[in-house]
Amino acid sequence: MNAIAPIDVGKEAGLSDSRFTVPSIRCAGCIAKIERGLSELEGVEAARVNFSAKRVAVRHDARLSDDKIVDALLRLGFEAQPVSANPLAEDDKDARMLLRALAVAGFGMMNIMLLSVSVWAGADVVTREMFHWLSALIALPVIAYAGRPFFSSAAMALRYGRTNMDVPISIGVLLATGLSFYETLTGGPHAYFDGAVMLLFFLLAGRALDATMRNRTRAGIGALLQRMGKSASVVQPDGSTKRIAAEDLAPGMIMILAAGEALAADGTVLEGTGAIDRSMLTGESAPEQVVPGDQVHAGTVALDGPLRVEITATQDDTAIAEIARLMDEAGQSRSRYVRIADRAARIYAPAVHTLALAAFVGWMIAGAGWYHALVIAISVLIITCPCAIGLAVPAAQVVASGALIRKGLLVKDGSALERLAEIDVAVFDKTGTLTLGEPRADIADLDEQSRAVALGLAQQSRHPLSRGLATSLRTAGAKPSEISDIREQSGTGVSGIWNGVPVSLGRPDTTEATLATRLSIGRRDCIIHFEDPLRADAAETLARLARDGVQSHVLSGDRAEAVEHVARELGIVGQGGMTPTEKLAELRTLQTQGHRPLMVGDGLNDGPALAAAHASIAPGTASDLSQQAADAVFIGERLAPVALAITVARATMQIVKQNFALALGYNLLAVPLALAGLVTPLIAAIAMSLSSLIVVANSLRLARSAR
Amino acid sequence: MTGLLFLIPIALAMGAFGLAMFFWAMRDGQFEDLDGAAQRILIDDENDGETNDAQRIDRAQ
Repeated sequence: MNAIAPIDVGKEAGLSDSRFTVPSIRCAGCIAKIERGLSELEGVEAARVNFSAKRVAVRHDARLSDDKIVDALLRLGFEAQPVSANPLAEDDKDARMLLRALAVAGFGMMNIMLLSVSVWAGADVVTREMFHWLSALIALPVIAYAGRPFFSSAAMALRYGRTNMDVPISIGVLLATGLSFYETLTGGPHAYFDGAVMLLFFLLAGRALDATMRNRTRAGIGALLQRMGKSASVVQPDGSTKRIAAEDLAPGMIMILAAGEALAADGTVLEGTGAIDRSMLTGESAPEQVVPGDQVHAGTVALDGPLRVEITATQDDTAIAEIARLMDEAGQSRSRYVRIADRAARIYAPAVHTLALAAFVGWMIAGAGWYHALVIAISVLIITCPCAIGLAVPAAQVVASGALIRKGLLVKDGSALERLAEIDVAVFDKTGTLTLGEPRADIADLDEQSRAVALGLAQQSRHPLSRGLATSLRTAGAKPSEISDIREQSGTGVSGIWNGVPVSLGRPDTTEATLATRLSIGRRDCIIHFEDPLRADAAETLARLARDGVQSHVLSGDRAEAVEHVARELGIVGQGGMTPTEKLAELRTLQTQGHRPLMVGDGLNDGPALAAAHASIAPGTASDLSQQAADAVFIGERLAPVALAITVARATMQIVKQNFALALGYNLLAVPLALAGLVTPLIAAIAMSLSSLIVVANSLRLARSAR
Repeated sequence: MTGLLFLIPIALAMGAFGLAMFFWAMRDGQFEDLDGAAQRILIDDENDGETNDAQRIDRAQ
């Protein structure tokens, strides 16, 4: 184990922590390379790789931007994406609490066992009484601490007049403890503290597994609205401009947009032409040219300025707020999904109660005396304890999601695997999902010198095309050349001086439909074309889905021709020009036809559809909110994890069903014995643990399913 | 019989010590990256000072 010193928060001012997902971390070499490489970067205080989560935490100078670190990682040979915050933090608390309870129960179980074994070995009366008292001394605080998760949940259920798995557990544990304590007080021959604590230990093991799987719940719609501009420069009646906060804007006002400014409201362009980056709304990374009369939306970014825009909608009326609302509503339909474990509990818990009660009443009538009848009833409660059933689902899901993480797919929630297994139709977004979502430059014609100059210029700009160009060049192994006097002029491009020669990257004069940029070195000009390529294994993945009986469609907000082209290439049906509402409606139609659709998409416009679909997957490049709405996120340039997710999910459900069968079979065998009064609570506890272990062992077989 | 008077408290104390160590290890974040710990054995540490620094931010993950 590597010891870790606690972090001194706030001690060193000016430092900030950033996190990056780096899917390609595979070995110890990668860890060493990243940690050493980043530490050498100026402004980086420390870097630490989390191998299991494929993440890197970097503590760095606040002035060093995330993009610089991503660049540095790319130079080290690792593709990385910044992650906003630690989305697992909330979960941690719950899981830690369960882990602590598990440790306490384990400690109690071992020590009480130690004493119990001596008692069974035939300790005489005085020793036995002392040991029983010692057991009680250990067991009472242990049960009080480790039993809390069950007691509180049972109390909650009872308060609302319902029953759940935790009710028979709590009754069993409390009755066994109370009876044992009574035995201890009166100096009786049997105490069952060991049984009660062991029961808690195994149940907690199941809970702890489940908690590691439990989802990070949706952080809320607030994150989305933060993407909107906070204020805007509004033209006053006297012609001057004034900064006005977003909530005070009103339709009819005229705002002036500077280059790089995020819009605070929807509007119509009055004057000026320029490019708008709509990537966060549509996932389409190529900037869109707007001319007077065009609609622009809050949350998009003006790349060139200035533009005069008349506000048409503000605050809750904007397109982005509409998407937020749709997502919220669509998500509710899915939250009604009842997890398989709960469905089982609904039938199981009342059955167990009835059985135990019947045992007690039956033996009382048979004249066994209340003490004997109670022991048998407790045995029934413990032996039918839903341990194995409680483990059946989480054990399988944890193993499966662990296997999927190694293949680049993060499943956020156990019920996601259950829902993924039921999928029969897949709906894909185009840009950023079937395609990479980033314009990649065609640089085959460039010589080495031009490549170096182009990279030197491109890496200075935040323009999507520049970023795409820089990525393509770096992938091809180009080294940037030194360029001085770099200037970025909105609308025209980046320019600078290289070896005394003026060089620039700018908009070509020709107004072609395809994306292109012009590279000038001195008097030499050349045009670089861009395209957004399909993911390399898109066709293969769709074929694999089809083999699994899942039909695929494309639903995209892009131009119909572009969608048509991609759909034809992949041999599937496609529809273009869809708004978020239409996408949502399309999914609802599929659902009313009895289908269970999977939505795969990245843009904010896919958000409502992602939230409404039976299950959804987003790529790691998707907007934060889409990632939050999705059940699973895949990382990297390959689409294969989508098909793999369905295969593994189905295998998981198969194992879950086997686990249920095993647990039920065990109960059918053990319950009659318990009812007949042939089983003491201790033997019941041992039998119950054995069934739990078998279920866990069966689940471990899933580790190989993702291969 | 008298042996038990020593042995039982010792057994309990050892158990409690183990439990306390587990709590400490968990609070310290040692269970955050189990696979990484297995991999890190293979890294040759040439410059110890830097690694210690790097480890300070592990908990932040």
